[in-house]
Amino acid sequence: MQNGQHQSGQGQNGQGQEAVEFGPELETKVAEIISRYPKKKSAIMPALYMAQEHIGWLTDAAIEWVAEKVEESPAHVRSVATFYTMYYKKPVGQYHLQICRTLSCMLCGARDLTAYIKDRLTVDAQVITEDGLWSFEEVECLGSCGSAPMIQINDVFFENLSVESLGSLMDKIAKEKPDLRYSAKKETLGEGMPEAPRSQAWNAEMVKFNKS
Amino acid sequence: MKHHRILTANFHHDDQHKLSAYESRSGYQAIRKALKQEPANLTTEVKDSGLRGRGGAGFPTGVKWGFVPKDSGKPIYLLNNADESEPGTFKDRILMERDPHLCLEGMMIASWALGANWSCIYIRGEFSYPTVRMQEAVDEAYAKGYLGKNIFDSGFDLDIVVHRGAGAYICGEETGLIESLEGNKGQPRIKPPFPAVMGLYGCPTVVNNTETLAALPWIIDNGASAYRAIGTEKSPGTKLFSASGHINKPGVYEVDLGYSLLEFIENECGGVWKGRELKACIPGGSSVPVMPADKLKGVNLDYESLAEAGTMLGSGGFIVMDDTTDMVDACANLQHFYTHESCGQCTPCREGARWVESMVNRLHRGQGAPSDLLVLQNVTEQIGGHTICPFGDALIAPIQSFLMHYRGEFEEKLDISLDAQIGANNV
Ligand SMILES: Cc1cc2nc3c(=O)[nH]c(=O)nc-3n(C[C@H](O)[C@H](O)[C@H](O)COP(=O)(O)O)c2cc1C
Ligand code: SF4
Ligand code: FES
Repeated sequence: MQNGQHQSGQGQNGQGQEAVEFGPELETKVAEIISRYPKKKSAIMPALYMAQEHIGWLTDAAIEWVAEKVEESPAHVRSVATFYTMYYKKPVGQYHLQICRTLSCMLCGARDLTAYIKDRLTVDAQVITEDGLWSFEEVECLGSCGSAPMIQINDVFFENLSVESLGSLMDKIAKEKPDLRYSAKKETLGEGMPEAPRSQAWNAEMVKFNKS
Repeated sequence: MKHHRILTANFHHDDQHKLSAYESRSGYQAIRKALKQEPANLTTEVKDSGLRGRGGAGFPTGVKWGFVPKDSGKPIYLLNNADESEPGTFKDRILMERDPHLCLEGMMIASWALGANWSCIYIRGEFSYPTVRMQEAVDEAYAKGYLGKNIFDSGFDLDIVVHRGAGAYICGEETGLIESLEGNKGQPRIKPPFPAVMGLYGCPTVVNNTETLAALPWIIDNGASAYRAIGTEKSPGTKLFSASGHINKPGVYEVDLGYSLLEFIENECGGVWKGRELKACIPGGSSVPVMPADKLKGVNLDYESLAEAGTMLGSGGFIVMDDTTDMVDACANLQHFYTHESCGQCTPCREGARWVESMVNRLHRGQGAPSDLLVLQNVTEQIGGHTICPFGDALIAPIQSFLMHYRGEFEEKLDISLDAQIGANNV
């Protein structure tokens, strides 16, 4: 899939369970990852991430691929996949908005962000918009409480948001379609998105304070 | 007050994440020094420093290391707990982003002290950027011969793996983390046996928090007594506080333990925002009891003072609430978190969390009966101490403490006409 973002469920005939090619690159990469661990089974989580990034969500084929690689039963791999919220058991939008709803964000206005998103997308949580572009859910504390309120889009954090800045951020994403996946990473994760500056939660003021 | 900067000393350098920059600021000196010492001496040094675990429980680090049997014939593992999911906490994230090699050097020192040849940092799945940073640091360290076979030409072999979690708070609990790393659901194990004896793959395993491990290079460089000289007698050293909520300057701050809580709010946090009054604060992450403003006078940021005041230091997730905060609303928000994150193994936790949340929600909607307050108290008492892991105790901390200190706000929302008709279907 070219520049594959989280692929939406559109055109996949509902559950989209057709056979998938993983390709030699992923095969090599997964073998390398497995070799890092004392036991193969420990590589289930990274292997699930690889399959998920490749397909967009965890289809039966993805589960079976992982099971074969780590030499465990598909049933066990599925039990792991279903325990963790970051593994998608059904398709999500190309951009999946995860709004932090927990206390610090709530205190700083997270509810307004959720209301805005609901209003703008006019779909319920976990439902993909008709154009395949968006889906959203409310999630628990993302470890960015010092830059509340904040949301995560695919794998990138966007912090210190207001309804206005979130609105223009979404406009920009819809227009430019940046790659916000983990694998797009290295120094460039979220690059070209000045809206996602690093370490917002680190307060530059602190240095001044502690020096005085 | 001027605080020591042990963990954050180089946070302001934008190139600090690069190995060369780290080394130019005397990075990787402590591990070189450590590798020339007997591992047992290092454990003694860490014991003497008085360093206590920064993951929440505050257990003395050197003492924990001492529980690892030296003659089991099995491999020993060191796990760096960077699952950081306690609401209000974001210090480990910033440590990994700003100074990843410091985190690595801490792991190297601990691995040598424990005799671990394989170590792993378990980072919560949502922390993509810190994971990238740590992986790059690991790659650089391998390229330089600082990881792998014969590190720093010492004859010691050490592999470090960066492992990404996938969105489960409970994987921060050490046995949940171990289960998860073994490739299972992250459901905690019954203790004992403790991980130090039987952990990853049934082998002796030490789980330490990222911040705990990051303090090691300084301790080795400067000595145990220098560390002990900072902070208080029982709570030596510095601690990172993640400040958030209704304050002017949210962020991560390193302070000497024993610092006045109210001064922290006034100075570092920049005071309560919008010129409002302080109503409450949760000083150690959502799993510790809330403290009303009028009970904060004379309270200091250290393990003992906070415990005496009726709360805990926990993870140092410092959440501030101003006088406009609806405490029933805040409580309901936190109870939802616990319902969502219960791993589901123990009935009191799985069912209890849901009951507590729905009762608080009902109260919040103004549909609670006066007897609900009693039922709530009762239910929480049935949960505490009756579960496999301390999550059960954590989930009742908000409701019990909010009820204790803000009972009036709960009572105001009661529908007093309801008690007469209390029946089976009132939740
Ligand atoms: C529900 C629960 C969640 C926890 N989450 C974390 C966490 O995110 N990070 C952490 O370091 N410790 C966490 N802990 C504490 C760990 O179990 C463990 O005590 C700690 O990692 C030990 O490291 P330390 O001694 O250096 O503090 C959690 C404990 C419980 C009961
Ligand atoms: S107390 Fe809760 S989180 Fe801990 S093991 Fe039991 S069900 Fe799981
Ligand atoms: S409460 Fe939103 S990031 Fe912690």
